[in-house]
Amino acid sequence: MTLLVLGAVAVMLIAALAALLLPDLLGALAAASVVSLALAVLFALLGAPDVALAEAVVGSGLSGVMFAMVLRRVGYQPADEEETGHDDAA
Amino acid sequence: MTMRRNLASLIFTVGLGLMLVSLMQGSHTAFPVEVGQNINAAGFADHGAANLVTSVVLGYRGLDTLGELTILFVAATAAGMVLGHCPGGSTPPVRGGFILATAAELLFPFLILLGAYIIIHGHLSPGGGFQGGAVIAAAYYVPLLAGSGRLFSEDTGSLIESLAGVGFIAIGLLALWGGGEFLAPLYSHNGAPGALLSAGTLPLLYLAVGLKVGSELASLLARLGGIGMEVDDDA
Repeated sequence: MTLLVLGAVAVMLIAALAALLLPDLLGALAAASVVSLALAVLFALLGAPDVALAEAVVGSGLSGVMFAMVLRRVGYQPADEEETGHDDAA
Repeated sequence: MTMRRNLASLIFTVGLGLMLVSLMQGSHTAFPVEVGQNINAAGFADHGAANLVTSVVLGYRGLDTLGELTILFVAATAAGMVLGHCPGGSTPPVRGGFILATAAELLFPFLILLGAYIIIHGHLSPGGGFQGGAVIAAAYYVPLLAGSGRLFSEDTGSLIESLAGVGFIAIGLLALWGGGEFLAPLYSHNGAPGALLSAGTLPLLYLAVGLKVGSELASLLARLGGIGMEVDDDA
């Protein structure tokens, strides 16, 4: 039990660092979704299934998709195919 | 730019950590936590819902739930207004292959079923209106992601969303008319505890919440996904 909780926390920390440090916005977005997924596992382990359900659906599912849609909407191009005039990559 | 962003994140993290440490040091003696024990003792007798979380969300804190619904509505409206009409996305929607499209259409009814189950059993098992509504919105989004046609009609969505909001407030006003407080649960003790038809108006309130959240999120995602906006892009 303790090992599972520690593992979930470790995954959250690593994914959060990746979300901060990755230069590619889509990769950072995926890492942020992984943070939410591990958080949902943590909630379920600690006996809060209601919150775990909400976190899994909203945090790691819908919000990731929504951010990806917004990135496409504002014309973000991934780093490896920047042949058009967009230079708004971070 | 990246340096400044990292510095801001660092400051935020350190501040959050300091706040958590000070909370953990001070909270044990300063705030005796009795609310949880009282709700554990009295929640089932008050509202008849087997899931105590539902009892708190809709029974004791119904007005807060109405506030959350309002915030979600305003946020979805603002996001749709700011991002919905921007033709900046120059990339056309990617069409997934045959396998992806078929799997998405196969998955769709099961996801709808799961969302409906989570909503309808919100007063018995973990879950409820918000979670089930989000699952239903995700169900509408899977076929859109796979590029297999347009399933979601925004007119129907806004109609369902308005009706659900009106229904939520109407149940609240019914309680007011019956002499109780606004959004007070009614008929709490008809039906056996733990049965599907129990807990009075709480399942109806959760049904309204689920329909509202689901149609709101689905129409926001459909709008952000650029479905129906391709005419603007081509013109």
